[in-house]
Amino acid sequence: MPNVISPDGSIRQDNWVVMPRPAEGESLDIPADQPALIPADLWLAGYEHFTGRQDIGVWFDSHDEPEILDGRVNELPVIAVNFPKFSDGRGYSIGRLLRERFGYVNELRAIGDVLLDQLQFMKRCGFDAYVLRADKDITKAQKCLNFFSQGYQAATDTEIPLFRRRAS
Amino acid sequence: MYVYDEHDRQMAAERVAQFRDQTERALAGELAEDEFLPLRLQNGLYVQRLAPMLRICVPYGMMRSDQLRRLARITRDYDKGYAHFTTRQNVQLNWPALEDVPDILAELAEVEMHANQTSGNCIRNTTTDQFSGVQSDEIADPRPYCEIIRQWSTFHPEFAFLPRKFKVAVNASEHTDRAAIQVHDIGLQMVRNEAGELGFRVHVGGGLGRTPMVGPVIREFLPEMDLLTYLEAVLRVYNRYGRRDNKFKARIKILVKALTPEGFAEKVEAEWQHIKDSPTRLTPEAVQRIQAYFTEPDYAALDNATDLLASQRFENRGFDQWLTHNVDTHKKPGYAIVTLTMKKTGTPPGDVSDKQLEQIADLADEFSFGEVRVTHQQNVVLADVRQDRLLELWQAITPMGFGTANLNTLTDVICCPGGDYCALANAKSIPVAEAIQRQFDDLDYLYDLGNIDLNISGCMNACGHHHVGHIGVLGVDKKGQEFYQISLGGSSHHDASIGKILGPSFARDEMPQVISKIIDVYVDKRTEEETFLDTYRRVGIDPFKERVYA
Ligand code: HEM
Ligand code: SF4
Repeated sequence: MPNVISPDGSIRQDNWVVMPRPAEGESLDIPADQPALIPADLWLAGYEHFTGRQDIGVWFDSHDEPEILDGRVNELPVIAVNFPKFSDGRGYSIGRLLRERFGYVNELRAIGDVLLDQLQFMKRCGFDAYVLRADKDITKAQKCLNFFSQGYQAATDTEIPLFRRRAS
Repeated sequence: MYVYDEHDRQMAAERVAQFRDQTERALAGELAEDEFLPLRLQNGLYVQRLAPMLRICVPYGMMRSDQLRRLARITRDYDKGYAHFTTRQNVQLNWPALEDVPDILAELAEVEMHANQTSGNCIRNTTTDQFSGVQSDEIADPRPYCEIIRQWSTFHPEFAFLPRKFKVAVNASEHTDRAAIQVHDIGLQMVRNEAGELGFRVHVGGGLGRTPMVGPVIREFLPEMDLLTYLEAVLRVYNRYGRRDNKFKARIKILVKALTPEGFAEKVEAEWQHIKDSPTRLTPEAVQRIQAYFTEPDYAALDNATDLLASQRFENRGFDQWLTHNVDTHKKPGYAIVTLTMKKTGTPPGDVSDKQLEQIADLADEFSFGEVRVTHQQNVVLADVRQDRLLELWQAITPMGFGTANLNTLTDVICCPGGDYCALANAKSIPVAEAIQRQFDDLDYLYDLGNIDLNISGCMNACGHHHVGHIGVLGVDKKGQEFYQISLGGSSHHDASIGKILGPSFARDEMPQVISKIIDVYVDKRTEEETFLDTYRRVGIDPFKERVYA
């Protein structure tokens, strides 16, 4: 069961499982007894079947286009974004688009190569659940989420950039 | 100049604490080499051939005397007593120890300096014209906009892991471009539209390195208040669609080329429509607040000291030459802009000792309201010197080695550290610069040759901007031997162009002779008024080829 970090640094466990994309010609195997995250395009392909289910969420890979879910995001209990390599920054844009453009309000989870020093950026870009790579020291997450007390620019966490806050 | 408020100070301190923690975790083995790499790069720390190298940010080249003195102290306490001015208006230390870097950053933060984002795949220091605010032909002072961009880009959470590094430059002069904006990822030219409103012409996708390109215009007029939302749209398109599979194809220029400038511009416009009215849109109050930091210093009401300077020139030929070449016209009567050249033959271009840093600080206090600007040609500018004190200043700097009157001549070389310091080098670059400086040691001849940009890089990463030198020199490796390839006709100014390769490369000891032959062709072919670049553009590369390979 994954340990999931919250933006305040607290840790909880849940049993969402990430279903990898099935190989060409194979079908998606969904566990009967566990909530599952499936590739977003497959959720759309099986929309009739999946919509409304609280035990099915989706995940995007970093090169995927979150635009495909526009208008439907809030039908999902969880959306995850995969960081295939911590240095791949596309997931930050995906996070902001889901939140700020498509108005997604449920859980946004960072999965994949999620390291301590990237948590602060994920938090600012709208992620509110982080599954740290297993070999990293989860007890340091809280510290790493809180090095900065504020930021210069607007992002998902702060709608008002510092230049407007200074003026008021 | 911009002064930190409590927000800036707080974030600077938090950044130092964060990097201290990261360094401790790296030294304790909790961060793998490749995991620590981007963290240290974004704090300016490279690991080089001989030692780590720390690149300290000088936002758009502006520094105060107290900051120079602190740099001097840092080079003494943590390094070998010298520093290097870079081609992006920053300062580099060549020998700091990794475990000292958090302390160095803490010392910098005390004087409102940092090394944030001076390296790594993020938005780098925004650069501009070193004559900003003191020249008469600028549309508006570009520095407040650079500071606005600095704040927006600092620790930007969405753009900390871009496909590749990202550099922005702003130019405000109508007639010159000293900031080389067309070879930046984003180049912003300040303009006024027909209604007289202030804005920017936006170039995207310029750059040097492996695939040199002049950045095409993707928007003719961007209204002033839309600056940040538009930048955010450009960066978002790049972050999402820039190539990440091949490091050498990851700069935004490759994306712009693949989509075509029109196609790229369309994508940016589409993104921008969603965010252009977001709270990130600037407000007149926010701009004015930053502009208030860049007000004029307390100038005296003076007349131009024309007669005095004329008689001083008449009596002193060295002063006359220096005045002609290293001193520029100021917008205020009675003042002048002075460039201190860091290009004395025998010293690596841009290198300064701790003592020299302190001398520069003293000069700034004595002659120029305590401020200096670093130029991308690796020189230092005192922007506000009284004309009636120019002679005194010249007498002071001559023994210090800052008075070489070769600004913008052939021996005012731009040169990267090359094989003497850099692990990526194919060849040394500093000795080539020096050999050429020795060959052309006659100032009168240099003046006769006029403005020639000679730029030298030790490999195709192009830190020395060789592609945009009127004469460019590139170190290449030929079966393990150091060789040098020459290109002609590059320019980083308004008429930006990428130089053309002359032909097969040369051994190091041939270089001064080869440069002489190139110069001879120019001298033979030129008309009265022509600069080197004019002649080259008129006659083409063939006459040069014929002479050099005869
Ligand atoms: C000593 C070690 C150095 C190393 C290892 C190094 C490495 C590099 C590399 C790899 C690039 C190419 C990036 C790309 O492909 O886009 C680059 C570009 C650049 N470097 Fe350096 N550099 C060093 C020192 C310097 C110094 C001292 C300066 C300033 C004098 C400098 C100025 C630049 C500039 C201006 C560029 C940008 C060229 C462009 O627009 O693409 N570098 N450097
Ligand atoms: S151009 Fe090449 S040799 Fe010169 S500093 Fe850059 S990477 Fe090193």
